[in-house]
Amino acid sequence: MIYSQNLTKVYGGKTVLNIESLEIPKGQSFGLVGNNGAGKTTFFSLLLDLIQPTTGKVINNEIQVNISEAWKPFTSAFIDETFLIGYLTPEEYFYFIGELRGQSKKDVDELLTGFEDFFHGEILGQKKYLRDLSKGNQKKVGIVASFIGEPQVIILDEPFANLDPTTQIRLKSIIKKLGQDREVTVLVSSHDLIHVTEVCERIVVLNNGEIVKDIQTSTETLKELELFFSS
Amino acid sequence: MFKHFFKLQWKSFFRAASFKTNLVFKILMIFGALYFIVVFLALGVGSYFIIEKNGLGDPLLFVNKYIIYYLVMDVYIRYMLQKMPVLNIKPLLYLPFNKSQVVYFSLGKTIFSFFNWAHAFFFVPFSIVLIIEGYNPLGVIGWHLGIMALFYCNNFINIMMNNKDSIFYPLVAILAILGICQYYEWFDITVYSSPVFNMFYDIPWTAIIPWAALIGLYYGAFNYFKNNMYLDAGLATKHAIAKSEDYTWLNRFGNLGTFLKNDIKLIKRNKRSKTTVIMSFIFLFYGLLFFTNSIEAYDNPVWKIFAGIFVSGGFLFSFGQFVPSWDSSYYPLMMSQNIQYKEYLSSKWYLIIIATIISTILSVFYLYFGWDAYLAVIVGAIYNIGVNSYLVLWGGAYIKTPIDLTSNKKAFGDKQAFNVKTLLLTLPKLILPIAIYGLGHYLINPTAGYLFVALTGILGFAFKNLVFRKIEKVYKKEKYKTLLAYKQKA
Repeated sequence: MIYSQNLTKVYGGKTVLNIESLEIPKGQSFGLVGNNGAGKTTFFSLLLDLIQPTTGKVINNEIQVNISEAWKPFTSAFIDETFLIGYLTPEEYFYFIGELRGQSKKDVDELLTGFEDFFHGEILGQKKYLRDLSKGNQKKVGIVASFIGEPQVIILDEPFANLDPTTQIRLKSIIKKLGQDREVTVLVSSHDLIHVTEVCERIVVLNNGEIVKDIQTSTETLKELELFFSS
Repeated sequence: MFKHFFKLQWKSFFRAASFKTNLVFKILMIFGALYFIVVFLALGVGSYFIIEKNGLGDPLLFVNKYIIYYLVMDVYIRYMLQKMPVLNIKPLLYLPFNKSQVVYFSLGKTIFSFFNWAHAFFFVPFSIVLIIEGYNPLGVIGWHLGIMALFYCNNFINIMMNNKDSIFYPLVAILAILGICQYYEWFDITVYSSPVFNMFYDIPWTAIIPWAALIGLYYGAFNYFKNNMYLDAGLATKHAIAKSEDYTWLNRFGNLGTFLKNDIKLIKRNKRSKTTVIMSFIFLFYGLLFFTNSIEAYDNPVWKIFAGIFVSGGFLFSFGQFVPSWDSSYYPLMMSQNIQYKEYLSSKWYLIIIATIISTILSVFYLYFGWDAYLAVIVGAIYNIGVNSYLVLWGGAYIKTPIDLTSNKKAFGDKQAFNVKTLLLTLPKLILPIAIYGLGHYLINPTAGYLFVALTGILGFAFKNLVFRKIEKVYKKEKYKTLLAYKQKA
């Protein structure tokens, strides 16, 4: 589904990302781990054509992302709060995204009912603008908005950060469910090794912009990762 | 203790993002400041003689008569522009500082604000002239000190009002009504207010009264702050009660409607954009300077077109020049969603057009100055719609200033709005229509001048699709640079 080749990003002489080749097949739930500055967000930003690669290219479903925009209808993402529109209420925001992705209000409402548990009564009908929600609740809105419009590729940067324990557990089951759907490719990054090993079938470790591990998740994976990061 | 505060203050000043502006802008800013200082000084020295020459009576009495409006205008300007001193207190709360010292410092800082000492440039020379002209020195000093105290009172009144719109707007409304009453000679507030100011001169020691009021207000503000220095009290950020709005009537416009809905909410719900709307309303009255012949330099007929363009284009200029910066806080979202630039731009374009038409209708009062004046506005509007609407959208692509929608900071100009490309684009926006009009006016007759400008506008309108494609290309080319620029918080 996603394929990158000779992908590098250099800022002021410093290489922050250097991935020779990476292929993520359709339907895979893909986890990206690494310390701060390892290049996780840079990689995701390149996938979304938010920054230009220094060399190389990213191909999403046979479309090179920095040449054509045809990848946008089937790709969705939540990277950070710059994906939220602060002066809208959560409902308005969902409908706005829905309209951009060709979903009627009814479609969006239907999707949202599936996330009532996840919202825990703190999102819908709160008479608050997004900018006035807590960080955790903002995140919930952003994550659920990325599910609108049946995207085939979902990119979530640090989805577990800032969430309370209950929501983390709920999010894990949501992502797992998405992972079982062979039509949807999920890309998740995280600092939390336990979370990623639980929800992803494949884990790639980035260190200083380079891939140092590429593991199919098994019962041993968590130990292997912990060993790597403690050394 | 104060050493720490001063250090922090020093760093926050010199490390502020806005401080690192380019040299050209710094020079411009210095010239701007100098200009105002000179104007104020000139007014301070000259107003005595101007008032006397025009037979407006005793200069001091004249100033005292209208100073009440000056004072209230001052509150108004402070309310709009002066920053509250609380902003940087939060990180200090849990540190071993004495609370009253933090308050003391924050309030003390406001005393040195430009909004306080700027008035001195007028009142000091004015007072000196008064003494030279043989007014009782003691009286002048009393008067001067009294008035200065009143300006400082404004400083603390503004702090205590602390963005309470419910107090502020009624106050402004009352003043506006009083002003109108005075103009039509129904009721004259100054009859009651000027004796107070005269008293400072006649009985110098009464200047103590405003000083006492100032001290009272200072302690009021002090206590107010100290008691409210909790995260859930005075330092709490206010949350508006949100109401979801559908605007289903816009659905018929398809994707364009989606953006229009969003833009209407953007304007309605953010402080910064509301200011823009107010500013474009003020622009409606800009033409008065031209059509009342009150400024000699503007007497030339070609200036009429200039006025017409500004009267109808207030919103066009103040909103349009910051497209796409209005969406800066969520630009990455826009760029990764399935969005056609054309629809995005069209929505902004329609908004500008609608606002231009509304401004043109509202400015119908220029008919009072004759058909000629209103015609200039209409012609200006046609040119705005046909040509300037594209140019601002085009220029906006180069102004990569992230906008903080929730604050009014930088609402009145910004360094990045001054770059070569945008300056070049102002040429066709303002100079070209004036030149076209001048051509018609001087070669044939004034009607031909109007006709030429209007025709240029209509011609521009015909090229809409072509120009939009061109602008789209610019937006695409600038995409990454824009994204990067918006990342850097203002």
